[in-house]
Amino acid sequence: MNVVLITIISLGALGSLSAIILFFVAQKFKVFEDPRIDQVEEVLPAANCGGCGFPGCRAFAEALVKADDISDLNCPVGGADTMSAAAGILGKEVTAAAPMVAVLRCNGTCDNRPKTSNYDGASSCTIASTLYGGETGCSFGCFGLGECVDACDFDAMYMDEKTGLPVIIEDNCVSCGACVTACPKDIIELRKKGPKSRRIYVSCVNKDKGAPAKKACSAACIGCGKCVKTCPFDAITLENNLAYIDYEKCKLCRKCVDVCPTNAITELNFPPKKPKVEKAETAE
Amino acid sequence: MLKTFSLGGVHPEENKFSAGKKIEVLPVPEQVSVPIAQHIGAPSEPVVKKGDEVMVGQLIAKSTGFVSANIHSPVSGKVFKIDDVLDASGYKRKAIIIKVEGDEWDESINRSDDLITDITLSPEEIIKRVGEAGIVGLGGATFPAHVKLSVPPGKKCDILILNAVECEPYLTADHQLMMEKGEEIMVGTQILMKALNVDKAVIGIENNKPDAIAHMSQLATKYSGITIEPLKVQYPQGGEKQLIDACTKRQVPSGKLPIEVGAVVQNVGTTYAVYEAVQKNKPLFERVVTVTGKSVSKPSNFMARVGTPVSQLVDAAGGLPEDTGKVIGGGPMMGKALSNIEVPITKGSSGILIMPEKIATRKPVENCIRCGKCVSVCPMGLSPYLLMTVSDKSVWDRAEEEKIMDCIECGSCSFTCPANRPLLDYIRLGKGKVGQIMRSRTK
Repeated sequence: MNVVLITIISLGALGSLSAIILFFVAQKFKVFEDPRIDQVEEVLPAANCGGCGFPGCRAFAEALVKADDISDLNCPVGGADTMSAAAGILGKEVTAAAPMVAVLRCNGTCDNRPKTSNYDGASSCTIASTLYGGETGCSFGCFGLGECVDACDFDAMYMDEKTGLPVIIEDNCVSCGACVTACPKDIIELRKKGPKSRRIYVSCVNKDKGAPAKKACSAACIGCGKCVKTCPFDAITLENNLAYIDYEKCKLCRKCVDVCPTNAITELNFPPKKPKVEKAETAE
Repeated sequence: MLKTFSLGGVHPEENKFSAGKKIEVLPVPEQVSVPIAQHIGAPSEPVVKKGDEVMVGQLIAKSTGFVSANIHSPVSGKVFKIDDVLDASGYKRKAIIIKVEGDEWDESINRSDDLITDITLSPEEIIKRVGEAGIVGLGGATFPAHVKLSVPPGKKCDILILNAVECEPYLTADHQLMMEKGEEIMVGTQILMKALNVDKAVIGIENNKPDAIAHMSQLATKYSGITIEPLKVQYPQGGEKQLIDACTKRQVPSGKLPIEVGAVVQNVGTTYAVYEAVQKNKPLFERVVTVTGKSVSKPSNFMARVGTPVSQLVDAAGGLPEDTGKVIGGGPMMGKALSNIEVPITKGSSGILIMPEKIATRKPVENCIRCGKCVSVCPMGLSPYLLMTVSDKSVWDRAEEEKIMDCIECGSCSFTCPANRPLLDYIRLGKGKVGQIMRSRTK
């Protein structure tokens, strides 16, 4: 009985002593953490994709709390809703950033771009690109080994067996940019999603001169410059035999699409424009 | 017991079909395209322009740094254009394209076949001449030769090792060169010995070339300081560090150059080019190229001008066999598949190997069974299976710790892997990344 009592008393004393020490230590080394960080993190998507440029949502929340002006910061996954919710917690101003989406700037399908060799090495775009220029005559285009698809955390990409090219599922794409970094050929670009998801872009990155580019791929940009001349908004520039449409300047008039001789300029989600074409023909 | 290197190694089928075939001089093509980057280091800068008349041996692109090399016209004629053309990898690279007219050689080149044994130039002059002649390592690595000959201050070279191993299966270019130009190689060795100020030279030859060993040994008796070292057949004995180990038992430390252990290694082909440059004032614009393969009707050794399309060599060897699966530039172990056979021969082209489809294609990749064969064959003592995994998972700091940069890319691991894993592909990827990281750190 005595032993039990002594044990209880001594352990109790030891426990209370430790508690007192811990209490003072906790007071002394207290780390103040802004409670808003937790609140902001709560409204972020918790995808930890890195699309905002920070390593994970927690780091982004800290950056949001810390920054005085948060207009440069954007969570592409959450979009305008998330950002306004975060801004609301912090009492800061935020301008809604235009939603972006990944686009594949290559139209080198199996039909457009015939194979000239076969690759049987390691199934990785990065490895293949360090070894050689690809299975076709175009050394700029997509390898079709799907490293971008592997990089996508949002099920927004798949490989089309028929064309041999990756396809971006627009509704799932959160424009985190993982595929852009994964692609060793710099084919994927983040572009403005556009009103009603309508957008126009040059679906080619081939910098070869016209003749070899066309020989390698029937849908290649041959650098003819017709689109540059046609564009009423100066949105198109031609560099190294390759046209590029500035999405900030583009007003989606689609004139360039009509003049492109190789159909290298792609328009997405526009309604069919049959009547207009007829009109243009009669006018000529 | 024959000497060899101490760690790892494999012994693939030798298949030296073109052994003993006399070196045939290939006719000058109608048009050559000479790439301006044929060596390790900075690409050269063209010094001719469209429409210029050039002669054989005339400088057409100047070296742009210490580690770079001059390029001379392999033909006479008119510069047609300087443009981007497809290279062996399918990427476009800048090249000087010359339309051939006649075969006018620069007058300063001595075209006679006489052997000149007197070495009149001083060591400094020799190194300068080698640099001017645009000589690079002809074994395939294409490292500028004058850089290796310029021993850095504070370092001492006491032995010259000549690489006549030709450990790559199929290739016979160096073998045949020794049989036909043995005397010239001996004089070339003396020139290199003078440039390096050493009195000892070893020529390492693998035991599968007994005729070359006998021939060279007999010649060596006439020259002081040169010994022939017959070596056991083992791949990759032609690797610099492996050859030094095999011939001298000296180990080059990780990340260091052979000069650290007092050795300089040069290929026999390079030595012959040095002889021609120093004694005959002939810059490097042609080389011996083996064209071979299991189904090739006429496996041959050609003396071809740089810039000649591969297709012309293939035609001269009896044309492309019907069952061709791959055409490889170099040997089967370290060579690279060509994406198209119109690409030109460069200074580093030691062979063109035509593989039948049946043996050219890779087998399906299976899971690693942890047999450890890749570890036991790695001549650098690395763990290829581990390096592949860390490269695949992008764990670059671990890759660096595991000495990924020591890999000489010999391919013994991929060759031996029973699960057909593309070990070297991933290691090469890792080497590229780790190299980038290390360079950015020193900046």
